Amino acid sequence: MLIGKPPDIPSSAITPKDQYLNRRRFLRGAVSGAVTLGAAARGADRLADVFSPRIRAFAGTKLETIKSPLTTTGEDLTSYMAVTTYNNFYEFGVDKGAPSKNAGGLPTRPWTIQVDGKVKNPKTFDIEALLKLRPLEDRVYRHRCVEAWSMVIPWIGYSLSEFIKQCEPLSTAKFVQFHSYYDRKVEKWSLDEAIFWPYSEGLRMDEAMNPLALLTFGLYGEVLPNQNGAPVRIVVPWKYGFKSAKSIVGVRFLDKMPSTTWNDLNPGEYGFYSNVNPNVDNPRYSQKTERRIGQPFYAQTKSTLMFNGYSDQVASLYNGMDLRKYY
Amino acid sequence: MKRSTLILPKTLTWIVCLWQFGLLVYGAFTNNLGPDPTANIELSTGYTTLLLLIISLAISPLRKLFPRLSWLIRFRRLIGLFAFFYATLHMIAYVALYANFDVRSMLTDIASRRFITMGVAAWLLLLPLALTSTTWAIGKLGGKNWNRLHTLVYAAAVCGVIHFWWQVKTGVLSPLNLTISLAILFAIRPILAWRQRRKSQQVQAGTIAPGK
Repeated sequence: MLIGKPPDIPSSAITPKDQYLNRRRFLRGAVSGAVTLGAAARGADRLADVFSPRIRAFAGTKLETIKSPLTTTGEDLTSYMAVTTYNNFYEFGVDKGAPSKNAGGLPTRPWTIQVDGKVKNPKTFDIEALLKLRPLEDRVYRHRCVEAWSMVIPWIGYSLSEFIKQCEPLSTAKFVQFHSYYDRKVEKWSLDEAIFWPYSEGLRMDEAMNPLALLTFGLYGEVLPNQNGAPVRIVVPWKYGFKSAKSIVGVRFLDKMPSTTWNDLNPGEYGFYSNVNPNVDNPRYSQKTERRIGQPFYAQTKSTLMFNGYSDQVASLYNGMDLRKYY
Repeated sequence: MKRSTLILPKTLTWIVCLWQFGLLVYGAFTNNLGPDPTANIELSTGYTTLLLLIISLAISPLRKLFPRLSWLIRFRRLIGLFAFFYATLHMIAYVALYANFDVRSMLTDIASRRFITMGVAAWLLLLPLALTSTTWAIGKLGGKNWNRLHTLVYAAAVCGVIHFWWQVKTGVLSPLNLTISLAILFAIRPILAWRQRRKSQQVQAGTIAPGK
């Protein structure tokens, strides 16, 4: 028996993973010693592109994890294949399959997060330090997209609050804003969208400090594939998926509600809060039901749960708030 | 062009037009419609509808520009009917998979969601065109009336493209290709008409010989 292997990888996902691992080993061997880790990652990406344009640069690297009481039970996991090939990461194209094809060049090492705004001192965190800050937990969460589809994903990370404590925000900090990586050379411009990058999202401080909000480094026992927001992202399971910003490079603490990408584009459809709420429709479609990804077409529809089923943990954050007004 | 020479291109047209449907049927039976089969069925049938509509609209300008291609007219009805076929599949997929046959939710959708209103309008505009597509109906209506009725296809295509724009998120430009194609087809009509007028004037003035 293998020690340290997470129990929930479907057998279907193992074979291709081994191939990636072998390729990783080969690539690592080929460039090791001579160059820095950062250069190695870039070089590996280039080489990998020659072998297979679909290579997931760091995917395949296993992460050591511990169990978490905050994990969601009783749901079938969405397959690794679906989780990693059905993505909204518009910087890499608007088709669901585009990020898994185009995100190979995302340079996930070296990687830092700049922290500024209402903090004691601005700081820079290195990804390697962040990975060691707290033990990484296995957290299965439901993931509900504003487009009315949903998944169940075994994420890996620790509570965002643990990271925020390290940032030492001032008492005047009421909101936190996240910025995603953007480089036009990597995320090539195309005529399929007209959105102002870099992507920005935000949370109210008490939302960000809720233990369910996850600073996420991996899924399915491994580091995040690029298309899922490598090397580090936010996951806020009681909100629509776009609130969970990917590939975070900046965190800013603010005394005012920050501007966020989708809210700027269409405030009538994408509120700042965007809590999963079956009683408040998107102007274009009902949010009462959702389509579970990976099910056959005649069995996809499920009822959407208030706060995506996380009411017990988060409903108190919104006591006294009119959730129709603050959608 | 002779009837027998048309058999091969007609067969090919059938195959090309049925390709997307075949993929969906095969995918449905093998459970191989991708991670979000419902969305796949809905989006692919919608896109194919607009694509076929625009192709069918391109036929008459092409004939005017290149008289040697005038035989293309023999394919227009077939392509137009396939556009209606996909539009109907698109509609059925909405009724069955999105609205779950719930009449009340469909009425709410039509009343309050403008992209659905526009989509239904586009389908309703195509319906009389499909119903009057038989040779019998053309004879019954008379060529002039039939032609007038069938200019509705432009309205249907415009409604379809607006439906597409209203369906995608703000900032997403995926309907752009189809929109530009349709805009070109609209722009080319007055240009071709002007060219035609000038030619006939020249013929009348005797500057060029009639015929070629």
